[in-house]
Amino acid sequence: MSMWQRISLIFRSKANKALDRAEDPRETLDYSYQRQLDLLAKVRRGVADVATSRKRVELQVNQLTAQSDKLQGQAEQAISAGREDLAREALTRKSGLTQQIADMKTQQAQLQGEEEKLVLAQQRLSAKVEAFRTRKETIKATYTAAQAQSQIGEAMSGIGEEMGDVGMAIQRAEDKTAQMQARAGAIDELIASGALDDASSLNAGDDISRELAAMSSQSDVEAELAKLKAGKAPDAIEAPQDGGDIVAAEPEKTETSGETPA
Amino acid sequence: MIVRILGEGQYDLSDEAVSALNDLDAQVESAVEADDEDAFRGALTSLLDGVRTAGVAHDADSLEPSDLILPMADATLAEVRDMLSGDGLIPG
Repeated sequence: MSMWQRISLIFRSKANKALDRAEDPRETLDYSYQRQLDLLAKVRRGVADVATSRKRVELQVNQLTAQSDKLQGQAEQAISAGREDLAREALTRKSGLTQQIADMKTQQAQLQGEEEKLVLAQQRLSAKVEAFRTRKETIKATYTAAQAQSQIGEAMSGIGEEMGDVGMAIQRAEDKTAQMQARAGAIDELIASGALDDASSLNAGDDISRELAAMSSQSDVEAELAKLKAGKAPDAIEAPQDGGDIVAAEPEKTETSGETPA
Repeated sequence: MIVRILGEGQYDLSDEAVSALNDLDAQVESAVEADDEDAFRGALTSLLDGVRTAGVAHDADSLEPSDLILPMADATLAEVRDMLSGDGLIPG
């Protein structure tokens, strides 16, 4: 027997087992319908769970990318200050993050794929559950014991197969999500611990990060100084100068005129 | 014939199309028996592509069971082996 025949026979025997359980065939229909609704609710929760995991990974990608950009900036500062050793350190740390970010983007794409699959599974199952509900009401309304078994059997085997398929899809999505949750948890801990903050991550980084930080504030000071030397007043004082006409129009506003240069 | 690809849904295929794909189905099965991951992946991908190409989507609100059922596209060799043994992933 071919593979695809074997798999379909196994599905059918499992669906039939569910059918054998009930004494009154009409109860079988209601029982099955209830299980269908339960499964639909489970799929909806599954979609939400996978989406939550995906968003968490997205957030982490953003955090790590910002960190990577910061290290790039530090490397540039170090180079312009003639400190190649610091630039090298910053870039080394950045390359570690780059690998991490690439891995997480792969995970993000996988979760996106699982989410889309589950949404489609939900749509397929919804369509069949609705069809089953209609069929169930028809069978119950025209119920005769003689016909019931075969009619119910037909309705049940189709929905049973769909439920088996969707049940499997949700199980697999849960397994994959659980693995990724564990990894995301580890990354969150790393971020929370501050190990990824600044260039102070990874062993023996404290001196280097302090130097980088010092260099950064130093260069800020230099930039401010250069501005002052160039004779440019800071922005806050510049603004009223442009608005000289406002002062003229409102001479009673003494506090404003006080700031306006003669 | 109605063919289901697990995780994707049901397709309607002509009997001729199904016979044409029987070879690929046999290849998947022998790859599972031989525990040959590469051959398994290639044969399964070709088989599923063949079903998608030759088939048209079966009515979404139909309650008909499938004549044939195939593993999902990302199924592992181990998962398919479990499916064939009957005590694997398929929920009872």
